[in-house]
Amino acid sequence: MDKIYSHPKSLRNISTHYCPGCGHGIAHRIIAEIIDELGIRERTIALAPVGCAVIAYDYWNFDCSEAAHGRALAVATGIKRIHPDKIVFTYQGDGDLAAIGTNETIHAANRGENLTVIFINNAIYGMTGGQMAPTTLAGQKTATTPLGRDVSLQGYPLKISEMLALLPAVKYIERVSLHSPQEIIKTKKAIKQAFENQINNIGFSLVEVLSPCPTYWGMSPKQALDWIKEVMVKEFPLGKIK
Amino acid sequence: MKTKILLSGNEAIAQGAIDAGCQFYAGYPITPQNELIAYMALHMPQQGRVFIQAESELAAINMVFGASAAGARAMTSSSSPGVSLKQEGISYIAGAELPAVIVNMMRGGPGLGNIWPAQSDYFQATRSGGHGDYHCVVLAPASVQEAYELMFSAFNLADKYLMPVMILGDGMLGQMMEPLQLSAVSCQLSAKSKKPWALTGCQGREPNIAKSFRMLEGDLEKLNLKLQKKYQLIKAKEQCCESLFLDDAKIILVAYGSMARIAKSVVNALRSKGKKAGLIRPITLWPFPKNIFKQVAQKNKKAKILVVEMSYGQMLEDVKLSLEGKLAVDFLGRAGGGIPTEEEIIKQIYG
Repeated sequence: MDKIYSHPKSLRNISTHYCPGCGHGIAHRIIAEIIDELGIRERTIALAPVGCAVIAYDYWNFDCSEAAHGRALAVATGIKRIHPDKIVFTYQGDGDLAAIGTNETIHAANRGENLTVIFINNAIYGMTGGQMAPTTLAGQKTATTPLGRDVSLQGYPLKISEMLALLPAVKYIERVSLHSPQEIIKTKKAIKQAFENQINNIGFSLVEVLSPCPTYWGMSPKQALDWIKEVMVKEFPLGKIK
Repeated sequence: MKTKILLSGNEAIAQGAIDAGCQFYAGYPITPQNELIAYMALHMPQQGRVFIQAESELAAINMVFGASAAGARAMTSSSSPGVSLKQEGISYIAGAELPAVIVNMMRGGPGLGNIWPAQSDYFQATRSGGHGDYHCVVLAPASVQEAYELMFSAFNLADKYLMPVMILGDGMLGQMMEPLQLSAVSCQLSAKSKKPWALTGCQGREPNIAKSFRMLEGDLEKLNLKLQKKYQLIKAKEQCCESLFLDDAKIILVAYGSMARIAKSVVNALRSKGKKAGLIRPITLWPFPKNIFKQVAQKNKKAKILVVEMSYGQMLEDVKLSLEGKLAVDFLGRAGGGIPTEEEIIKQIYG
């Protein structure tokens, strides 16, 4: 009998610390599967963020570095410029990539660094306890917007992917979601594309992944998936942006 | 044949880094160190090495983190306000035990201050400038030649002890030009240098992780104890200073960097008049050359010490700590662009 499905070698066979219904576990596994499929585990170097996925390097089974909050794309730039033959990717949340690290994000993209960016957008700060993220929706209640995000004071959900698409050195941007099996299949396809782009020296590629955070959305895992499908995708439409 | 070339301190540091095998430079423009970044922009790519003008000091130091984690000899440079911005990254580099070289050509502060020479970042450089219990080795060149040569020491110490090493110069040293004798042998370092911890892809080995984050109970304390042990070793092994006429000196000037050039002129002028002056010029500011002070206090009990700085008394504290109250210590300092003159120093000594 042929073995058609197994645990990816790029993912250690241990439990994660993520909450029930969290999207990180799915995203980690998708990345691990792709790295196995592309046969690049032994030449991959990942950048773990500051945020809930801070110890992603405990789960992935390849070389990894930490980066200070927001600085993943600067650290990744340093690594990739020294090892242009290695596959370097960052895995960053919305606060990391689109608030404290906006500068690093925009300029790594503008330099056209041949990197792959996995941008997990769950519209909230998870690790610190559910505060407003740059991508928090208008009216969304968080620890720091207890009455809901008031756009007149706190601004609008930041569409960093659309902003980056304006830059000539950015080669590929797609927004995907983890809210259903079909969407997860599309997510895998997009992330694989972003890795293949790097392998083929095409340049800066970013996949924005809408990901559930039931704990800090105050929902059950099922409600969280439905909220992405019914509410979040209206603000963050899915599909290829560039 | 060894020929001398005329370079500014900033350019000499850049050339020293290149000759010492620096493979990666990232920096952001700031006066008075712009000749350094410009020199790197021209010469690094010519030698197939990496130069990046970063979008900020934060990005620059984090690019250095990455390049260093990838196994390269990596450096950044800046001046006081920019080095303040780099402190977060320096703390991470110390915590992750990565080698890196950071150059600070100090200017006047606080705040945006001005672009005149100063030595007001001594505390920031020699204590933990960022968060956490850590140190950088801090080297203080006093001439263009020494600025060049100390780049070799800086990279070697960084690689030996796996930690950040800072070159602490000032705007005067950076801007002034002096003849420089280049080293005959430049370091031929590449990815071949042994760095088994480096991120190179996990072919044929278990994955490597570059990190400072340690959440498991006791794990971070263990790292801290390891760092402290390393720092004790460095304090015992790496103290370095220049000294002049200590045996019979009645007045010993203590100064580092550009300030030490002026102090040395004073000492020579006084000696030519038959007055017994001496000099201690710390070259390592951390580890501070405590031993020389202990020796002086033992052998020359009547000597008086005068610390001269372009600050309001920062190294002064280390001198006092080293002497443990055994010799009288006087101080002369100016900062914010003021530089103590020979006349002011002589007046401070003799009234």
